[in-house]
Amino acid sequence: MAGPISLDVDDTGLMTISRDMQLSLSLDEMKALKKYYHALGRSATGIELETFAQTWSEHCCHKTFRGEVEFEGKIVSNLLKTTIAKVTSTLDHEWCFSVFEDNAGIVDFDGDTAIAFKVETHNHPSALEPFGGAATGVGGVIRDILGVWGEPIANTDVLCFGPLDYPYEKLPAGMKHPSFIYKYVTAGIGHYGNNMGIPTVNGAIYFDESYVGNPLVYCGTVGLVKKSRYKREIRTGDVMILAGGKTGRDGIHGVTFASVDLSTEQERSVVQIGDPIEEEKVSRAVISIRDKGLGSAITDLGGGGLSSAIGEMAELGGCGADVHLERVPLKHPGMQPWEIWTSESQERMLVCCHKKDVEAILGVFADEEVEAVVVAEFTEGERLRLMHTDTVVGEINISFLFGTNIRTRRVATPPERSFSEPRVRSMDPAADLLAILAMPNVASKENVIRTYDHEVKAQTVLKPLQGLDGPGDAAVLKPLNSSWKGVVISNGMNPEYGKIDPYHMAACAIDEAIRNNIAVGGRRIALLDNFCWGNPERPDRMWGLVRASQACHDVALAFETPFISGKDSLYNETELGPITPTLLISALGVMPDIRRAVSMDLKEEGNSIFIVGATKDELGGSHFYKLKGSLGKNVPMVDAASAKTSFDMLTKAIDSGCVRSCHDLSEGGLAVAASETCFAGGLGLELDLDKMPRKGELSTEKLLFSESQSRFLVGTDDSAAFEKAMADTVFSEIGCVTDDKRLRITRKAAEVLNIEIEVLKRSWKNGL
Amino acid sequence: MAYKVCIIRAPGTNCDRETAMCVESQGLEAEVVHVKRLMEGEIRFSDYDGLIIPGGFSFGDHVRAGALLGKILKERFGDELAQFSSDGKPILGICNGFQVLVECGLLPGNTAQSALTTNLSSRFECRWVDLSVETSRCIFTDGLSGSIRLPVAHGEGRFLVTAGELKELTNTGQVVFKYAQKNGGSAGGSYPENPNGSIDDIAGICNKEGNVFGLMPHPERAFYRFLHPRWTKSDESESFGDGYKIFNNMAEYIMR
Repeated sequence: MAGPISLDVDDTGLMTISRDMQLSLSLDEMKALKKYYHALGRSATGIELETFAQTWSEHCCHKTFRGEVEFEGKIVSNLLKTTIAKVTSTLDHEWCFSVFEDNAGIVDFDGDTAIAFKVETHNHPSALEPFGGAATGVGGVIRDILGVWGEPIANTDVLCFGPLDYPYEKLPAGMKHPSFIYKYVTAGIGHYGNNMGIPTVNGAIYFDESYVGNPLVYCGTVGLVKKSRYKREIRTGDVMILAGGKTGRDGIHGVTFASVDLSTEQERSVVQIGDPIEEEKVSRAVISIRDKGLGSAITDLGGGGLSSAIGEMAELGGCGADVHLERVPLKHPGMQPWEIWTSESQERMLVCCHKKDVEAILGVFADEEVEAVVVAEFTEGERLRLMHTDTVVGEINISFLFGTNIRTRRVATPPERSFSEPRVRSMDPAADLLAILAMPNVASKENVIRTYDHEVKAQTVLKPLQGLDGPGDAAVLKPLNSSWKGVVISNGMNPEYGKIDPYHMAACAIDEAIRNNIAVGGRRIALLDNFCWGNPERPDRMWGLVRASQACHDVALAFETPFISGKDSLYNETELGPITPTLLISALGVMPDIRRAVSMDLKEEGNSIFIVGATKDELGGSHFYKLKGSLGKNVPMVDAASAKTSFDMLTKAIDSGCVRSCHDLSEGGLAVAASETCFAGGLGLELDLDKMPRKGELSTEKLLFSESQSRFLVGTDDSAAFEKAMADTVFSEIGCVTDDKRLRITRKAAEVLNIEIEVLKRSWKNGL
Repeated sequence: MAYKVCIIRAPGTNCDRETAMCVESQGLEAEVVHVKRLMEGEIRFSDYDGLIIPGGFSFGDHVRAGALLGKILKERFGDELAQFSSDGKPILGICNGFQVLVECGLLPGNTAQSALTTNLSSRFECRWVDLSVETSRCIFTDGLSGSIRLPVAHGEGRFLVTAGELKELTNTGQVVFKYAQKNGGSAGGSYPENPNGSIDDIAGICNKEGNVFGLMPHPERAFYRFLHPRWTKSDESESFGDGYKIFNNMAEYIMR
């Protein structure tokens, strides 16, 4: 690849170059390059083509979301701008500090402090090398927070795996078994977060057959930003300091690899190697540089390595750059310039500064024993010049690199499917409940959660496990010593609903993320979207993506919750087919006083139990139907307008101090939510289904297991105050807390189920 | 002049900030010091009135948890630290710090037959545990009795000594905390009450004089009541948690 590469060839020749060099560039893109080099009157160099491939990759520039889509006879142009980002611009909240621009979304917190939140995926690396892939997923998103001058304070992780009992004989050759991936992904996440001293406070684990061979690993980090120290001011003459781990051959082509379907033949060389102790040192140095006011801008080295980071910084500053690749500290001698330029070796940051501050910054890095060198200088003009020991190895026009917009045109058509409601009854509700509690998506995740440190930093006020060991709705952190103000973190996801309609799946994910946040006392909520989808070049996948994006717009707007950051990971397909379309919504709320935080465990005998929200005939995609072997048709739908009123009222009730416990209703409906509050509180419940507010006539199993959205189970020691606070929203008192450690549910004065909590709990604890 | 406590850190130490905050809330000055600065002779242990080795993964816990930092302290500062200890100044090792104190010989447990080793569950364990306060000479637990709750978060906290060594630790009042049942009764080695399989449920020990104390649980993560996993059940969000007394005792001992 050392010699010049002529693009003066026909279309077939162009595509041969794209394929042979693993550029993942389309014919239109290759033709644009051909034109560019023709005008220059020269051949391309390998390193230049690598740069275009990185910058124009799906991973880096989100072609699908920013391109055009044929949908229902119309052209949707820029899906991101017209749906997700539109919510944010329409709402235009003054507390949004930085959205969709930098490495993470940032919102106001308290005076001079803001909070940054970012969620990333690391799916393909985790499929090939589960421990390393997951660990570097955590490391990467932590650097996104450092990349906005943020101090990381908490991690989140949401993981999707194939069934742990998937038959080995069905597994294609070379594909790793879900139980292996599960074991090492969870180990990798714990390893990195624990070693860095960042608590893992919120998450989820989800199982579906479509994730066999293609696990999803969502990693999130929350950080504290000092507004006055948030700097992105680049000017000509400033320099760039590369700091952190050495650069090696690991992780080359990670970005272009993320932009194609996964095949078992891909090499391990695309997976990076993580070292959390190195990142811990880098993190301390970056925060120290921030506090000393030394840097002028910062970014992390992630996908595409130097080739992405340096170009982006130069483009941000509206200037050019001279890069000296021979100065980069290397793991292996003899690395080619293009390898140095595109390596995705971990634990590296790029700090920009005025020349006069170079010595001071290098000093801070030296104090933390972090290697740091000046690698580039910002220059007048728009020329990105790559040099290796005085030889120019590449030269690219920055406007062309970032300004070229080859719009992809995708086609969206709905798949032909039909759905029907099954005729299933619950002959033995207690047995069905026991079975649902043991289903892997519902069962206790304690065995994994306890391998993650969720207490380090001593700020975790509400933990992932609440009461004795119940699944908390959201985590609450108290990040400032001097203030009672809290940060509230939650998530929502339900791929099962998307099998029926991706629109309602997205709507439910948003509702769930928000209601989890509301349940503990969160408010002023900002959202993050993370799409994991199949190949968008297939019209049916693309159709689902458009539908889900539309729901993001409609529902988030109705809740008045802006999106502040997001990411998409497409091409999640293996020879077994595409993954079930999966949208993770993460929610970031605040609360004025953590002393008002509400946990989900039942508190004391005699508390009244209220249900908030109406129950409907909505078992489509439910765990009850799944247990009975069906999918159904009636997927839960969100009535965002009335949900918003009821959420606002519940916040008032929590602030008034009358709410002793609160838990949202999700997978498994009322029966599962009620059981979980009993497990966490070590107490029993007596509930009467006749008193549940509902839409239409509902059978017992529908009242027990419907997964209608926007509902909560609230325990209170002051019913009058609670009723007053909730005003005329839909809610009703349905029972009370007992000390006999049984779950007893009745309907029309007859017992529907009456079972010992310990029996239910055993089933729930042993499901995974 | 304010009394100063040295909080040592090495690459991978990560509980220094919250530990410093607990110390400072007691009217002491806390200085977080990179071990490199000690090695370069920039500062000396004798400049301080107390010493804490906080939790984390010093040097990535390579070789063994706490081994490398322990080795540095022993080889480079053995005499200084022995003097510091025999002067009666307090030394506290929390989690990784406990492992370091054992590795460098300031606390017993690093002989051919004894160690802080991998949890019996082979897993990292993050959970709150009940601890019975044993009768000991430890100055950090003065005034504590009955049982308290603190969180543990470690993969290598299984304290093992020989039967003879155990007998001696017990007879000399060096066993400070034992993992216990919720009602305060002996955990009897049962999981998860004893989260790591330590011999005789030992969670923390001190030296014969009582001024050097190492424990696997994290008192700094239980400094305030609102960090307790069940604080929402009671109405005591503003008061202190069970870890408070340990720092309070350290301060009172220094300022006595």
